[in-house]
Amino acid sequence: MSPWSNWETETKDLILPNGGTPAGTSSPASSSSLLNRLQLDDDIDGETRDLFVVVDDPKKHVCTMETYITYRITTKSTRVEFDLPEYSVRRRYQDFDWLRSKLEESQPTHLIPPLPEKFVVKGVVDRFSEEFVETRRKALDKFLKRITDHPVLSFNEHFNIFLTAKDLNIYKKQGIALLTRMGESVKHVTGGYKLRTRPLEFAAIGDYLDTFALKLGTIDRIAQRIIKEEIEYLVELREYGPVYSTWSALEGELAEPLEGVSACIGNCSTALEELTDDMTEDFLPVLREYILYSDSMKSVLKKRDQVQAEYEAKLEAVALRKEDRPKVPADVEKCQDRMECFNADLKADMERWQNNKRQDFRQLLMGMADKNIQYYEKCLMAWESIIPLLQEKQEAKFPVTAVLS
Amino acid sequence: MEQATPDPERQLQPAPLEPLGRSDAGLGVTVDEEAERAREEGSGGDTMTHNNFWLKKIEISVSEAEKRTGRNAMNMQETYTAYLIETRSVEHTDGQSVLTDSLWRRYSEFELLRNYLLVYYPHIVVPPLPEKRAEFVWHKLSADNMDPDFVERRRIGLENFLLRIASHPILCRDKIFYLFLTQEGNWKETVNETGFQLKADSRLKALNATFRVKNPDKRFTDLKHYSDELQSVISHLLRVRARVADRLYGVYKVHGNYGRVFSEWSAIEKEMGDGLQSAGHHMDVYASSIDDILEDEEHYADQLKEYLFYAEALRAVCRKHELMQYDLEIAAQDLASKKQQCEELATGTVRTFSLKGMTTKLFGQETPEQREARIKVLEEQINEGEQQLKSKNLEGREFVKNAWADIERFKEQKNRDLKEALISYAVMQISMCKKLSGLHLVWTNSYLCFSAL
Repeated sequence: MSPWSNWETETKDLILPNGGTPAGTSSPASSSSLLNRLQLDDDIDGETRDLFVVVDDPKKHVCTMETYITYRITTKSTRVEFDLPEYSVRRRYQDFDWLRSKLEESQPTHLIPPLPEKFVVKGVVDRFSEEFVETRRKALDKFLKRITDHPVLSFNEHFNIFLTAKDLNIYKKQGIALLTRMGESVKHVTGGYKLRTRPLEFAAIGDYLDTFALKLGTIDRIAQRIIKEEIEYLVELREYGPVYSTWSALEGELAEPLEGVSACIGNCSTALEELTDDMTEDFLPVLREYILYSDSMKSVLKKRDQVQAEYEAKLEAVALRKEDRPKVPADVEKCQDRMECFNADLKADMERWQNNKRQDFRQLLMGMADKNIQYYEKCLMAWESIIPLLQEKQEAKFPVTAVLS
Repeated sequence: MEQATPDPERQLQPAPLEPLGRSDAGLGVTVDEEAERAREEGSGGDTMTHNNFWLKKIEISVSEAEKRTGRNAMNMQETYTAYLIETRSVEHTDGQSVLTDSLWRRYSEFELLRNYLLVYYPHIVVPPLPEKRAEFVWHKLSADNMDPDFVERRRIGLENFLLRIASHPILCRDKIFYLFLTQEGNWKETVNETGFQLKADSRLKALNATFRVKNPDKRFTDLKHYSDELQSVISHLLRVRARVADRLYGVYKVHGNYGRVFSEWSAIEKEMGDGLQSAGHHMDVYASSIDDILEDEEHYADQLKEYLFYAEALRAVCRKHELMQYDLEIAAQDLASKKQQCEELATGTVRTFSLKGMTTKLFGQETPEQREARIKVLEEQINEGEQQLKSKNLEGREFVKNAWADIERFKEQKNRDLKEALISYAVMQISMCKKLSGLHLVWTNSYLCFSAL
């Protein structure tokens, strides 16, 4: 079988398909360097970047009516659509939400990336805790980066305004209709037409998304349970370590070794806590994000079905009119146009989505594996460091009974 | 992973000393000298291997356990486990061992042996037996005495018990112990014939009874305190460890759920399929690795348990001292009171309350003859009392000396054994971390390689 299926093989024996070998020995560095190389390969596809967006610097704002967080959005671009080469604005979650709805409206044939969940149950999650804000920031950054990478969405006017406007509220209030031609067109597609046959490829996408979301949901539940079990394990560990300290206080020669073991267990506990935090902050959000993504993609597919249904219905209506070689009316042509554009856009977006999904999950799974490796390395170091302490020989004590008197 | 058992090579004199039929204060000077000699020869290492004045070395093993059914004392059917004890003598020259004795014993017989040793060697910290019933279990282990894992660990514990005795400079020479290893039939009767149950001080069994001792040896008071604390801390440690094991098991087993879902997911993917399949497989391997890990940890727990029970043995020696001191003080008190009575009678002053004094007041003075008679009786009693006090004092001092010698030996053994136990625990953790870290690395690399295809 493949040389890497036997886990005892040293990593330096692995040969990559392109002939390279991973650097270093079996240390965590080797897997991340391998990851980096693969990502580099993915990026090299001819596209030159002319737009860079970063979300950072969360700040809390306390007003009389409410308290909320804003994030700084920094944009750097050479595109003509931007008046200045660089922008820096502050936005809050509802601004992102506004952007997303506008994108859905104006670009209905495209897949719009998901936002992190809007509502959080108060009391369960602290909306202003560092961890929550950081998790959200990462998700919002991801959201904008995905739009930035999209050849159509990145040129959207609403997106431009979001990145550049000093005061977004003015634009929101004005409710400027900046719908594209397609957006306008799809907006008026009426539902109620029944689809005859869904083209195979779109049916396949639908089925895939159903199963995909289901599996991710299961993985999310398992991950949550693991975290719960790990926390309970941590609670016991935090009680276990100190008992060795208590024992150490009773002893003479054994005092140092026992104290060493106590400290060691303490270190392992801390390492575990870090691992569990990482899982909560990095792993779970991405799973949730892709589940939300799947949901929104399913809606887009439904819309596509509607467009096709309308077209087919209108076409049929024309065919039923007993005319000799009827000329296809303009509005039916428009429907066909609409449908074909939709299909093309959707197909292109699906392919893009699949690529990104592969990269994202690779990073996610490898990242988690890496974190686990780091956890074991930390524990390993802790235990290895006390071995010399445990083996230390103390001064031989003379037995008291040498004295017979 | 083996328990930290003492060196299995032992020396045993084929015709050992008779056990004590006399006082329970210890073997006296003889023992002390031999103990000292053994210690001198064994300094820097185990006492076991260097007792050169014995003729041959022996090896003891409890090699098998078997389920048996039989009828008990009340003629009722019962199931029990019997253990095979094999003794081998090792030829000095070529190291070859020859099976010399082999017999079956059940747990209750081991208990009988120990109870006998406790009575005849009250100044010795007698090695403990493995637990009668499984305690400190975490959920997976059965608390059932018939469970094969429990029986196996008990077998090891019983072997360790015998090895501890065989390596003890004094206990190894006991005849009853020798017969335990060599005489299958009638051994129980032989033990009972020593009459040790009669010699046993029932007060020692009353663990919680306190005796108001005015001048105990401070070292023993401190030591009793230490043994109580040690018992308490090791119990706590074992309880928490069991909970930790339980939780850790849970963490690993939930990871096992990943296997199936990753496999199902891989079925709908094109490029990611192989990588996900490999991830699922590795999750299964990870989940199943917990069983070995926890089994190894049980051995560590057993090592701690032995010292938990040793703490009790330590405490018993302290209690014995307390009792002896108590008896001594009572005897001294008694003697003092009799002396005073005598003095009062002689001088005619009544300071102490006595029934005779009361009746004298009520019914009139006694005659000089009567008084003389009473004084004589008291003088005899005082004489006897002084002799007794003298011997009790001597006994007490001997006991303290001999007991403390064994306690020092025990302390060294304890420190050695527990250090070893901690080291092997650390080594276990290290090996586990390396194994699991390696596992993650392998599946990481495998996943990435699949991605690169």
